[in-house]
Amino acid sequence: MSTVMMSPQALQQKRGLLLGVRGWTAVLSALAVLTVLIPLLNRVVPADSVFHLSDYAVGLTGKILCYAICALAMDLIWGYTGILSLGHGLFFALGGYGMGMYLMRQIGRDGNYKSDLPDFMVFLNWKDLPWTWALSDSFIAQMALVVLVPGLLALVFGWFAFRSRIKGVYFSIITQALTYAAMLLFFRNETGFGGNNGFTDFKRILGQPIATPTTRITLFIITGATLVGFYLLARWIVNSKYGRVLQAIRDAETRVMFTGYNPLAYKLSIWTLSAVMCGVAGALYVPQVGIINPSEMSPSAGIEIAIWAAVGGRATLIGPIIGAFFVNGAKSWFTVAFPEFWLYFLGALFIAVTLFLPQGIVGLFKRFSRSAADTANDAANRTHA
Amino acid sequence: MTPDLMEEGARRREAYAARQQAGTGTESGGRQAAFGRIAKLGVPDFTHGVALYLDDISVSFDGFRALNKLSLAVNVGELRCIIGPNGAGKTTMMDCITGKTRPDSGRAFFGSTIDLLRLTEPQIAQIGIGRKFQKPTVYEDLSVFENLELALLADRRVRASLFSRLGGEQLDRIGQTLGTIHLRHEAQRTAGLLSHGQKQWLEIGMLLMQDPKLLLLDEPVAGMTDEETERTAELFLSLEGKHSLVVVEHDMKFVDQLTQGRKKVTVLHEGSVLAEGLLSEVQANEKVVEVYLGR
Repeated sequence: MSTVMMSPQALQQKRGLLLGVRGWTAVLSALAVLTVLIPLLNRVVPADSVFHLSDYAVGLTGKILCYAICALAMDLIWGYTGILSLGHGLFFALGGYGMGMYLMRQIGRDGNYKSDLPDFMVFLNWKDLPWTWALSDSFIAQMALVVLVPGLLALVFGWFAFRSRIKGVYFSIITQALTYAAMLLFFRNETGFGGNNGFTDFKRILGQPIATPTTRITLFIITGATLVGFYLLARWIVNSKYGRVLQAIRDAETRVMFTGYNPLAYKLSIWTLSAVMCGVAGALYVPQVGIINPSEMSPSAGIEIAIWAAVGGRATLIGPIIGAFFVNGAKSWFTVAFPEFWLYFLGALFIAVTLFLPQGIVGLFKRFSRSAADTANDAANRTHA
Repeated sequence: MTPDLMEEGARRREAYAARQQAGTGTESGGRQAAFGRIAKLGVPDFTHGVALYLDDISVSFDGFRALNKLSLAVNVGELRCIIGPNGAGKTTMMDCITGKTRPDSGRAFFGSTIDLLRLTEPQIAQIGIGRKFQKPTVYEDLSVFENLELALLADRRVRASLFSRLGGEQLDRIGQTLGTIHLRHEAQRTAGLLSHGQKQWLEIGMLLMQDPKLLLLDEPVAGMTDEETERTAELFLSLEGKHSLVVVEHDMKFVDQLTQGRKKVTVLHEGSVLAEGLLSEVQANEKVVEVYLGR
């Protein structure tokens, strides 16, 4: 009852804290687990102990952390704003290529052909770096591109799409076409990004050898901290009035317009932010898995991101992160146990969630905790009576 | 500054105050002259006494003439009821005023300076035209309080929304509106869980938060109980004078309550004005009877 009678002032105060005490405890524990506990279990605990975490497990978790950032980005644009993008794989891959170009240049003369140029260029008999590689020697410039390229592409594409008031399934289809077109472009050797093989065989990052346990765990810690940082940013956004305008756009866009808000600016800003988040995730992903190729831009990659968000629970922020872990955890187990059936399982999972769990895993938990609270209330009322 | 200069200044100030006071009793109703002032950008000029002026507006959809040379003027502070059979063009007229539909020809002015046909929907809302839809349209997943917060008159730009915090005055305003629309105890409730009538009220409340100069209300009492309808009529009558209102309604009892037997009613038919006058007059009008009862 207390929430119903809460005065506007009290509500305002509650909003000011971003998260409650429990929320902050959870976020800080998650941060501690990702940046301290897991690295310790992997690096300090001896390999024969039951508490030791294998390099494989850390690598897999690090990969899923990158996916979780994508799922979080998807939640902002789909869960909160109601715009389903099936092209987020493109932004992820562009960020990955940005990082990959830097890593390719860091190989130096250690490649198979002992040339200054990346191996695939030697193979294609190129003599100079194409203009697109002009900044690839500088880590800072290349990291700026990781943010700018997906951001600018999203900004330009979004401006035309939202200005023309393309909505719903039409928008989804166009984003799908966009990522498919980009994939075809990147498949071509002439584009200058390694064709269908993409980039691989990285040697070092910022002067450090890339495959050593120390480098790997450092990348893991950075990824974990980035995810927590993006989560807090997203929480701040959806708690602000801006976040409520986004939800209003999702529920009744015409009312938003007739209230005097211009939905274009709101959609475009969150769409661009979402793309940048995916780009950063891609840049963190590439050094951890050691490869980037155009298959990351395939339409199915974009659809999978949407599935993570849907399975975890849209418009909850934590849901998509849980969804990314659940689906990818299931995937790594399934593809070993029943390799042929993974895609059937994924499809069945999506249908089951759509039909029975419209609010995803988080919705399921909420339902349980609510019914538990209700029974507790009933019991309390009965004893009072 | 010498004493005589100061005295002269004081005399001037008094004379100015006296002129200001006398102004309200003049024939022009205290309004300024309509000429010789600079039009402010985005601020409607109501000195001519006209809030909304539609001239010769025509709209066709695939050959169907939804509006056919419609002309209509609504005065400042007036409450105008518009009636008409289904398909008479009432909703299309509102679409044209609010920028949702672009007319094929004609002109639409808000005040005497603002050309509505040049503005987008959000701009039209920002200069002070609020609209209530036929089907209640609220943000279903947000609470009643948040629905009103979003409608509150404030900077509508992205950055302002990101850093917006409600001040005490604004909270009071929301609280006041919650009282006006009888939803004070539902403030934290999700809007989607309200009854149909309550949603209608919430949408009206959202309009009030915008503080528009002109309110367009499309069938505001559809789905309301008799008691709710009566309260709505009282609310609209209390707004009359401070705001201009255009009410489209089928419920003749409600129209009768609103017009109180002395206000003008406009009858639309096939996209243009068929008759205008007191409700009793138009109800007695042969053409109107024919349209409503069929030939």
